[in-house]
Amino acid sequence: MLTSIMEQLINGLRTGSIYALIALGYTMVYGIAKMINFAHGDIIMVGAYTLYIGIALLHLPVIPAMLLTAAVCSVLGMLIEKIAYKPLRKAPPLAVLITAIGMSYFLQSVALLIFSSTPIPFKSVINLEAVQLGTVNISGITIVTLAVTTLIMICLTLFINKTKAGSAMRAVSEDRGAAELMGINVNRTISMTFAIGSALAAVAGILYICQYQSLRPTLGALPGIKAFVAAVLGGIGSVPGAMLGGIVLGLIESLSKAYISTELADAIVFGVLVVVLLVRPSGLLGKKKLVKV
Amino acid sequence: MKKVVSVGLAAAMVVSMAACGGGETAETTAAPETSAASGDTADTQAEAADDAAEGMEEFVIGSTGPLTGSAASYGTSVKQGEEIAIQEINEAGGVKVGDTTYKLVLNFQDDEAKEDKAVTAFNTLVDAGMGAYVGAVTTGSCLAQTDLSYEANILQITPSASAEAVTVNPNVFRLCFTDPLQGQMIAQYVIDNGYESVAVLWNNADEYSAGIHDAFVESLESQDAGLLVADESFATGDVDFNTQLTQIKNSGAKLLFVPAYYGDVAYIVQQAKDAGMDCDFVGSDGWDGILGQVTDATLVEGAVFLSPFLATEDSAADFVSKYEAAYGATPDQFAADGYDCVYVVKAAMEQAGSVETDALIQAMTEITVDGLTGQVTFDASGEPTKSAKFVQIVNGEYTAM
Repeated sequence: MLTSIMEQLINGLRTGSIYALIALGYTMVYGIAKMINFAHGDIIMVGAYTLYIGIALLHLPVIPAMLLTAAVCSVLGMLIEKIAYKPLRKAPPLAVLITAIGMSYFLQSVALLIFSSTPIPFKSVINLEAVQLGTVNISGITIVTLAVTTLIMICLTLFINKTKAGSAMRAVSEDRGAAELMGINVNRTISMTFAIGSALAAVAGILYICQYQSLRPTLGALPGIKAFVAAVLGGIGSVPGAMLGGIVLGLIESLSKAYISTELADAIVFGVLVVVLLVRPSGLLGKKKLVKV
Repeated sequence: MKKVVSVGLAAAMVVSMAACGGGETAETTAAPETSAASGDTADTQAEAADDAAEGMEEFVIGSTGPLTGSAASYGTSVKQGEEIAIQEINEAGGVKVGDTTYKLVLNFQDDEAKEDKAVTAFNTLVDAGMGAYVGAVTTGSCLAQTDLSYEANILQITPSASAEAVTVNPNVFRLCFTDPLQGQMIAQYVIDNGYESVAVLWNNADEYSAGIHDAFVESLESQDAGLLVADESFATGDVDFNTQLTQIKNSGAKLLFVPAYYGDVAYIVQQAKDAGMDCDFVGSDGWDGILGQVTDATLVEGAVFLSPFLATEDSAADFVSKYEAAYGATPDQFAADGYDCVYVVKAAMEQAGSVETDALIQAMTEITVDGLTGQVTFDASGEPTKSAKFVQIVNGEYTAM
């Protein structure tokens, strides 16, 4: 029983840390650009296919293929912002939201046209033996996922809090107008945010296909939605909130699947979200903001 | 601020609900490419058949199945099996019914294994004037069509839809064995091989999987109730089975039965290995095609599943060589099912001495067809009488047990 609970907790941590990685992208973009980038989930898909192209078709070694994946996703993220979102910066939030959903379908459809909807098997590039801790078995991909996400979260926190560019990001998120007056290049800061968020999605994409080993054009949709929920749960706009939200979501999902009901797992996850938002409308770690009417 | 988030949440729901819908439309756009590619071979065959079959009347066999999507391998196989059978029959001079000789023509529509697409595809075939219908390939699609074929009064023979409810209408016949029969055979397999504990992992959103699971559990419990130590389920479209597999692993099961399609099975066997499981696997006939979907054949080494057809058997050698020459692939049970269905239609036409539906249905219960999937006869309820084989994966090859 104890082994079982431990293993389910580890399952939850692994899924949760992937959600957290994706949620970081949502929350950073929301913090800076005050918009919800629904195409974010599909960047994961683009990342997964890029890795597939790099390794299976171009026969690149693993590390360059991963760097290529991160680069392609970052550039794509910046391009999407420049082409689709920047012209709408002064438009009502609803217009931007619809554009983002449109962008998401656009990316999925392009992938469908190029790769068709038949799933493509893809052999994992991470081949680490499983580790046995007492009776608890931890698979190689789980260890890599947990290590990579922890490392990325530490680096990201240091970047945001200790560097000049990070301060610029925080300033733009606090007050875009004042930041501009202080000499911060807002356009560059927004581009950088999209690039970083998309690179995180690329990492999530790599971890995702190394775990599930199969590619479909819609593979980013569900993790994207779950991660968005995680970002809201943790408090959208808050970086530690996204990490916490992702992990909490993963744990709830895994435990309710294991001990309550597989069918009800998603309902329970969304139920928890509703309860949290009722009690703390700004999410677990979100800042309360007074809006003057 | 809060408004944006709430609008966003609402939109998230819309997106998640529309996600499937969007995929479908886009898949349709992708579909013609695939069918065009495989259509090339069909065209050349049709031309060859044209020369041999001048002056004959045409008899259209309609057919639907998934040519794109996650079950595409089933539909493609059935279509290619049918093409081989039709080519053979037309080259041998067509089908003689009374004084008329008919040349068979295949009209195959993609249904993506989705109910709504299956209805559209069936109506397209009725409009195209089909004489008999071979389909659908998957159970869900087939159930969506049986009432339509009854109303349109068309003989329907499904090559592979195995749910019991499929053959309720008197015009519908089935070539493959049923879900409950598979469940009972696997339960017997568990007992015969002396497994002390067995787990089952099934798709509770799928008729096929649920049908096998229910019969399996019932049959097992009536014989030895203590054997089943874990009963876990998932839903269509799930890719993460770690939670269920962890439960199964910790239940101590020595054998895992997965009544599901190969697409799901590929995820399950991979994650079972990652979770450090070392139990044996047994599967239903949906496992056929699994070797093309796993990244590493050793994952399914030793696994056993039910199948009516095995390409390595001597009786299939002629069909296999023709199939390999035409499509560059080894035929699976679905190809054999499609092939046999065409011969069943031919036998029914000859027996009936007519191409009228009522006469064809009447003739169905009178014929015996010696097919690739064994000798088969049909009873008035639409069920076949035939036997199933167990297939084991040994050294990355499907082998007879």
